[in-house]
Amino acid sequence: MIRKLFLPVITLLTALLFVSRLVSLQLINSSYKSLSDNNAVIESEIFPERGYIYDRNNKLLVSNQPVYDLMAIPENIAQFDTLLLAKIINLSKSELKDKLSAAKQFSMKLPYVIMNQISKEENAIIQEKIWKFRGFYLQKKSLREYPNPIASNILGYVSEVNRNDMRKDKYYSLGEPTGRQGIEKYYEERLRGVKGKKFFQKDRFNRIIGSYEGGIYDIPPKGAQNLILTIDLDLQQYGEKLLKNKRGGIVAIEPETGEVLSLVSAPSYNPNLLVGRSRSKNYRILASDSISKPLFDRGLQAQYAPGSPFKTLNALIALQEGVINSNTTYNCNNGHFYAKGMFMDCHCKNGTYNNLLSGIFKSCNTYFANIYRKIIDESGDGVAEGINIWRKHLLSFGLGNYLGYDLAVGKKGFIPDASYYDYWYKEGGWKSATIISNAIGQGEILTTPIQMANFTAAIANRGFYIKPHFLKSVSNGDFKKAHEKKTTTIDSIHFETVIDGMHKVVERGTARVAGIPGIKVCGKTGTVENFMKIDGVKTQLTDHSMFIAFAPKDNPKIALAVFIENGYWGSRWAAPIASLLIEKYLNGEVKRKWLENRMLNGSLLAEYEKPFSGKPFIINE
Amino acid sequence: MANLLLLMSNSLIYRLDWLLILIYLLLVAVGIINVYSSTYNESLNSIFDFSQLIGKQLLFLMISIFLGLIILGINIKFFEHFAPISYILSIFLLGGLFVFGKTVSGATSWYDLGGISFQPSEFSKLGTAMMIAWYMGKFQSDIKRPRTLVTITIYLLIPSILIMLQPDPGSALVYSAFYFPLLREGLNFTLLIIFFSVLALFFISLSFEFIESIGIIGIIFLIIYFVLKRFIRRIKIWPLLLFLIVSIGFSFSADYIFNNLFEQRHRDRINIFIGKNVDVQGVGYNINQSKIAIGSGGLKGKGFLKGTQTKGDFVPEQQTDYIFSTVGEEWGFLGSLTVILMFCFLIIRILKRAEKQNSKFRRVFSYGVAGLIFIHFFVNIGMSLGIVPTIGIPLPFLSYGGSSLLAFSLMIFIHLNFDANRLNEW
Repeated sequence: MIRKLFLPVITLLTALLFVSRLVSLQLINSSYKSLSDNNAVIESEIFPERGYIYDRNNKLLVSNQPVYDLMAIPENIAQFDTLLLAKIINLSKSELKDKLSAAKQFSMKLPYVIMNQISKEENAIIQEKIWKFRGFYLQKKSLREYPNPIASNILGYVSEVNRNDMRKDKYYSLGEPTGRQGIEKYYEERLRGVKGKKFFQKDRFNRIIGSYEGGIYDIPPKGAQNLILTIDLDLQQYGEKLLKNKRGGIVAIEPETGEVLSLVSAPSYNPNLLVGRSRSKNYRILASDSISKPLFDRGLQAQYAPGSPFKTLNALIALQEGVINSNTTYNCNNGHFYAKGMFMDCHCKNGTYNNLLSGIFKSCNTYFANIYRKIIDESGDGVAEGINIWRKHLLSFGLGNYLGYDLAVGKKGFIPDASYYDYWYKEGGWKSATIISNAIGQGEILTTPIQMANFTAAIANRGFYIKPHFLKSVSNGDFKKAHEKKTTTIDSIHFETVIDGMHKVVERGTARVAGIPGIKVCGKTGTVENFMKIDGVKTQLTDHSMFIAFAPKDNPKIALAVFIENGYWGSRWAAPIASLLIEKYLNGEVKRKWLENRMLNGSLLAEYEKPFSGKPFIINE
Repeated sequence: MANLLLLMSNSLIYRLDWLLILIYLLLVAVGIINVYSSTYNESLNSIFDFSQLIGKQLLFLMISIFLGLIILGINIKFFEHFAPISYILSIFLLGGLFVFGKTVSGATSWYDLGGISFQPSEFSKLGTAMMIAWYMGKFQSDIKRPRTLVTITIYLLIPSILIMLQPDPGSALVYSAFYFPLLREGLNFTLLIIFFSVLALFFISLSFEFIESIGIIGIIFLIIYFVLKRFIRRIKIWPLLLFLIVSIGFSFSADYIFNNLFEQRHRDRINIFIGKNVDVQGVGYNINQSKIAIGSGGLKGKGFLKGTQTKGDFVPEQQTDYIFSTVGEEWGFLGSLTVILMFCFLIIRILKRAEKQNSKFRRVFSYGVAGLIFIHFFVNIGMSLGIVPTIGIPLPFLSYGGSSLLAFSLMIFIHLNFDANRLNEW
């Protein structure tokens, strides 16, 4: 009996074994299913062309240029003239041989990049002779091109993703372009669009044998958007020219809309440097320049003490808090004692009496020290409350925090509050006189140029600002521009006196050089003390030259902040540069050629050498 | 011919095992469909294009059925006389390969008959089945007697050694199928135990280092010793010790055989099976691709001609040895299950009818056919599923290959004839 049943039982057991294996392979273990898809289907990605970038007047800032990669499939390579090919692509014969053996090692059947990013010109030569080299072909790629090599600090650059990026965003695969910094990074998704997919059926040799399932799974690419920036190409270009051989930043904003017209940082770099084959080499050079820091956006990232322009804000706060009115007058004798034995210098002559207006246009330190003390001492119940009220007003101008503009870099700046001084001086251990430097924009306050341009715009608007931004519109696709209007805590009636004062600064005050015939310019100069650690010793350097301005006075079209590092007093560099920019922007051309030439040709390079010369040096000469 | 059929028909039609014929036709139909899918390409105009694989397969199917019908009409006495002749003929054909054979991928297994290849090793299965049945059917034969056992062993060894020499070890292995009819006829079970012990020892020796193997063998023997001690009071220790020493000696020689007598490809296959050196792109490629193809089928499969693995030609020899992976991919779990159940039914049906035979010759033959189908079924599907090492033998009725289809069809039809006429002793 057992002999008769042996084979039937074995057969059934075998069937049971097979079925259980099938259950585990086909019904439970899903890993084999996706493997199959990877195995037999080639997924080919179709990239939409990366979006162009235009300025506010639809002038082209960034476009694309075709480049070619020389590819080779080792299996297909026949005998060829190695020397000739090496000569054409500018490689030595041994370099070419190394590349070919690397290709063979990679795969006999898969394409390998022999030479990447061959320019249009080189391509023409190779194209002509490629028929001689079986197994080689040229593959088109697209790189960024900058018709006007400007605004690299705004635009950022594009490079290929690395493994780290791929981990962060699953969208990318190795070697795809992605925006790094600037507009390219911030609006990456608009600029790149969404890549499409095409599925091909392949065989086990990786050869494509037709489209997969007649293409029903193919996904068409979603178009990339062209961006129209708020930047004015001409103004930007002019600003960059003016800052040649200087260090500093320019931020120009259209007050009514918050659109950034120009953001100049000097020294900068030619955006074309970060395109193409020598990109990584050039990037290393730029990134390692720790002295002039070309990759550091001084307009957004540099934090300076604001200096005298800050006086306008103190004036506004004093008016709002009612601790002064426009007729409040203080006496200045080349400065004043703000505490026993503590004297603050001022350039106002002995026996000068200043009201608010003349306090502003003469930039009288004594006047602002007095009103600052009144703000701190009188606006609240005690100095702590006083300084917090003062701070609250400043924050409403966008100081002390990120502005929230559409670029990825920035600094908060700093506006001290009571707890800050309580920490340093112990609670009750400080008075308004202790922190008197804040009155004139020195002391603990830090602002970035874009924050200064922004509060200038808020003054120009008489009490509000729109969050500064760089994207005006997009050429296609959805875009809703909605930038909230931020109202300052200062009532609009208080602005007129301050604005009158700023107008007088240009008309007959510290910045007469900034006056433009036919345009009512309002401004405020600043001369900012600054220090640097040289061999561990805090050393004072030549003052920063600072100027804020807006124009025209009654219907402001442009508000700007100009900062020239170590440029000495405000009207020496910053004010003329600001004035030229206003003239350029409002009139379209600059008539004051003498001033223009002086600014264009002026160089501060000698000044910047001083701290590094290793010798004692004189500042403010 | 037609007259003969007509004469037979009256009674034969009622006596034929129609259920078995149905299963047979279903299996060959499944075979044609899957071979078509595996070999499908755009240049195929008609499935009757005999220059294409599918056309050849259809041609062979028609020849098989035609010859099958003739077989059904032949008097069963003829087969008993014909058995030794068929065996001798197949041995000659196998021997002739060394002179006239065609070498394809290293093995001289084919005769080239003007565009159509003919594989004698497939027919020698039939011939051997006939011969074993004939010899067992002789009144003086008794498998319990050493003389019979030795003779049968020689009959089996001649074709398997000839096939080994081609070399085609897979097809040689098939002759172990005759173990089943012999077991049915009273072969000593001890031989079964020894056979499996040798197999187990072989794999243990290869899977582990020599010292480890000795340890494992020792532990197994201790367990056996204590188990036996419970049932048999006075156990003799000497035979067991002898067995242990022989085992260790075998284990040692297994290493030697494996490393010195086997070819690298055989070593690779066994290594993959026992889990050493698993290398997805290397030798394990076939098994892995086959598993991927089958796994990707899911419950319902991707559908006829929709198998991406099949189309992309990822599974090597898919139309022959790996035909089951096409079934798995395109027809999914349900299709695979159906095929497996059909084979089970086929084998058990043949066995059930064979038990009713009162002629030993016919019983042993049918049993041999069932055993052969089982071995192919077990090894081929087991290999596609990665359960059995890669051994290249076809899946009966499904795999592409005219010789195999024809040989198995003839076996089925001879069995049908035997079955239909089991009460006729003309």
